[in-house]
Amino acid sequence: MKIVIVGSGNVGYHLAALLVEEGHDIVVIDNHNETLEKLVEVLDIKGVHGNGSYLDVQMEADVPHADLVIAVAQRDEINMLCCLLAKKLGAKHTIARVRNLEYSRQLHLLSDELGLSMAINPELAAASEIARILKFPSALKIDTLAKGLVELVHFKLAKDNPLVENSLQEISGKFSHKILISAVERNGEVDMPTGSYVLQAGDKVHIVGKLEDITKFFKSLGLFIPKSKYVMIVGGGQIAFYLAQQILTMGMKVKIIENDRKRCMELCEFLPTATIINSDGTDQDVLMEEKLEGADSFIALTESDEANLIISMFAKSKGVAKVITKINRSKYMNVMQQMEIDSFISQQLITSNTIARYVRAMQNTEGSSVETLYKFVDDKAEAIEFIATGNTRHIYEHLKDLKLKKNLLIAALVRKNNVIIPDGNDKIIPGDNVIVVTTNKKLNDLDDIFAVRANKAAAKTKD
Amino acid sequence: MNYRMISYILGFVLKIEAGLMGLSLMVALIYGEQSALAIGITMAITFVVGLALGWKKPHTKSIRVREGLITVALSWLVMSLLGTLPFFISGAIPSYLDGFFEVVSGFTTTGASILTDIESLPKGILFWRSFTHWLGGMGILVFVLALLPMSTGHFLHIMRAESPGPETSKLVPNMAKTAKILYAIYIGMTVAEIVALMIAGMSLYDASVHAFGTAGTGGFSVRNASIGAYDSVAVDVIITMFMIMFGVNFSLYYLLLAKKFREIYKSEELRIYMAVIFACIVIVTINILPLFGSFGESLRYSSFQVSSIITTTGYATTDTNIWPQLSKTILILLMFFGASAGSTGGGLKAVRVLLLFKTAQRALARLVNPNTVKIVRLDGRRVSEDTISGVKTFFLIYLIITAVSVLLVSIDGYDLETSSTAVFACINNIGPGFGMVGATGNYAHFSAFSKIILSFDMLVGRLEIYPMLILFVPSLWKKAA
Repeated sequence: MKIVIVGSGNVGYHLAALLVEEGHDIVVIDNHNETLEKLVEVLDIKGVHGNGSYLDVQMEADVPHADLVIAVAQRDEINMLCCLLAKKLGAKHTIARVRNLEYSRQLHLLSDELGLSMAINPELAAASEIARILKFPSALKIDTLAKGLVELVHFKLAKDNPLVENSLQEISGKFSHKILISAVERNGEVDMPTGSYVLQAGDKVHIVGKLEDITKFFKSLGLFIPKSKYVMIVGGGQIAFYLAQQILTMGMKVKIIENDRKRCMELCEFLPTATIINSDGTDQDVLMEEKLEGADSFIALTESDEANLIISMFAKSKGVAKVITKINRSKYMNVMQQMEIDSFISQQLITSNTIARYVRAMQNTEGSSVETLYKFVDDKAEAIEFIATGNTRHIYEHLKDLKLKKNLLIAALVRKNNVIIPDGNDKIIPGDNVIVVTTNKKLNDLDDIFAVRANKAAAKTKD
Repeated sequence: MNYRMISYILGFVLKIEAGLMGLSLMVALIYGEQSALAIGITMAITFVVGLALGWKKPHTKSIRVREGLITVALSWLVMSLLGTLPFFISGAIPSYLDGFFEVVSGFTTTGASILTDIESLPKGILFWRSFTHWLGGMGILVFVLALLPMSTGHFLHIMRAESPGPETSKLVPNMAKTAKILYAIYIGMTVAEIVALMIAGMSLYDASVHAFGTAGTGGFSVRNASIGAYDSVAVDVIITMFMIMFGVNFSLYYLLLAKKFREIYKSEELRIYMAVIFACIVIVTINILPLFGSFGESLRYSSFQVSSIITTTGYATTDTNIWPQLSKTILILLMFFGASAGSTGGGLKAVRVLLLFKTAQRALARLVNPNTVKIVRLDGRRVSEDTISGVKTFFLIYLIITAVSVLLVSIDGYDLETSSTAVFACINNIGPGFGMVGATGNYAHFSAFSKIILSFDMLVGRLEIYPMLILFVPSLWKKAA
């Protein structure tokens, strides 16, 4: 597909990298020549220098023939104008990043006129992800598949974890829960484990299952952290606001520490049930005074990555069960994940992954298309949800008889709201949501999971 | 420095070179020549060396500016070293150094030859000699980029290092697609010329060989008297037209295919390139009128020579040594002017000359009115100060290398016209100069030292200085640099 991205900031960069990797033709427009130059040097894309909301700039980027225009420039107004213009010029789809809450609220009124296929609010998306983690704090990260029926939970094995030094076969013997260990991350590489695979301390394990089964599994491991009751947030930005809104309705207590008095007044006005503290949240004394030790969860959402990291480490040292840190420079994610902090959130990564997911779904209008897609471990692995149709190959066949591609696992089947963690005797039937975990990228269709390609197989049957 | 990646790409380049030699092998076999053996052996050696260099896959694909420059420089050197073997093994050129000079002259699309009797060489070998022009014209690494099974933006540095012109950008977002489009246009135009020449009466072999020479703006012929040997108005006209066409920026042809006529019209480089050709043809035609008698003949020879020199091809239909001084001086100046950026031609390139003039104009305006704020524009767009200073530096280094080379070549003791135009003709990738290296002469008489200097100049000219010069920067090879 031909995709034009307006804005070469953090999100634009990550998005361009993801989409180039998937084989799309990318043109990036940016006002700032230097960042654009850098982008063009490391990615196989074309750069166009100029304001993305100008007609001649869009013409130079060949927007009229673009399948998709993604506007992720600094300002909302520019993004919306870009999309409006692009749509008028004949771009097939447009996606805009809209941060301003008031704008996003009125978007449903405007989206017809703007012709937006999708609007994304990064702060809201980040807040929702944090809220999901707080519901199930035992996980580092939790993704939802099949409309909430199946969860993909990531967690790290500490030295004292009972799973360490066990093979997967032994584990399924000891704990007969309906969960599946779908991928293991070790030293930055992803393994798709088989029965004889032995887990080690420090591994990051990705398991698939129903939330209650996963909860039982964690309880039997003795690692279950109950849902947070008292959440402390440092930094009262937009994410904190959205997050507080969401978790207050879930019955959690929220304390927000924010340095700016004016912002505190605003937060206080819109979040009447939250406790707002006007103080410097990066100061240890302030944190102790505000009873950091009593908090179940601590979330660092200040503007500075460094401050977030340091106060998170401090919170961890004071025994807070769950610490979540926001970082902006996602390039350092690798290094940071070796630290003792539980979960990292990057709104740039969330935004670009959400858009990439949409692009993937856009690509296939026919066949058993991608319903949802999550990327993890630096985009090295993916969990993809497909819907099987009558045309899918190998339906009604035992899974043990199927030849699947390497490094690919059918993690779960969802049939009429029942979650099946499949074994060799299960079959795929039409209408199933099939959840696949793989390091094999570029799967666009359920038929792509089989080792023999469709046309080759068809040719063989003709012989 | 990413040595593995450089070696991997080098290996790939050599494997491709070995594969492309297959064409020459076929020609040699069709004519039932002994040279087939020499070409076959070279193919085997080249392939094995390529296999060895590309054996280990690189850990990272990252190529920065310096790796890009080095990859290009080393590829061209190694490619030439191995490309010499068919001449050497077959005995067509007994001295390895002479063969190397000939092949470098081929790959860099110079067309300067050390051969005194071309027609005595086997056809398979001569086919390879001309085919190096075709490969070198668009650049073998661009060809590799179209085929290499991995793509990152890092390869932009390689393309920039190999493609001529102050600013190189991709036609379409995808690098491999850009390379494919460029080669598609290149192949299409070459085939068109082969067909045209065949209609004009050449055999398929002669037509192909001369089309390769035109397409790469090289200038190797299979005849001792170059194109003059055919003495056909039709051939002269066809080759003149195609030389001019191959001297145009190839991205303009892409715009033509994309039907963006307005942008082609906007191209100042195309206008200045055409205007200079036209003006020079008019002046030279009038100037050489007494030599040829009729206006038609005079126009025929002047247009051919002017196009041949400005596009840096170097074909000849007549001995320009006997032309009046004005015409000879014009031709020498045209050597430096060169073709357009992004074409297969050499020289300074029209766009650089244009930018130098515009910068000079601005400097003058500032003298008259010191507070004038002025930006340099090209095609209606602002040219960044970085680009301008880049062009100035380029010009300066170009002149320094030319001057030093003239000095070194003059050690041989030939007259100033011979030694200076030999350097001009080599660094600008033209081929024949004046005096003893004129259209009827050749480079055989130069000493080994001069041949090395001239080979270096040819590479400097084709790769636009930096890839060759960076090899001599000592800190490049130190670990902690």
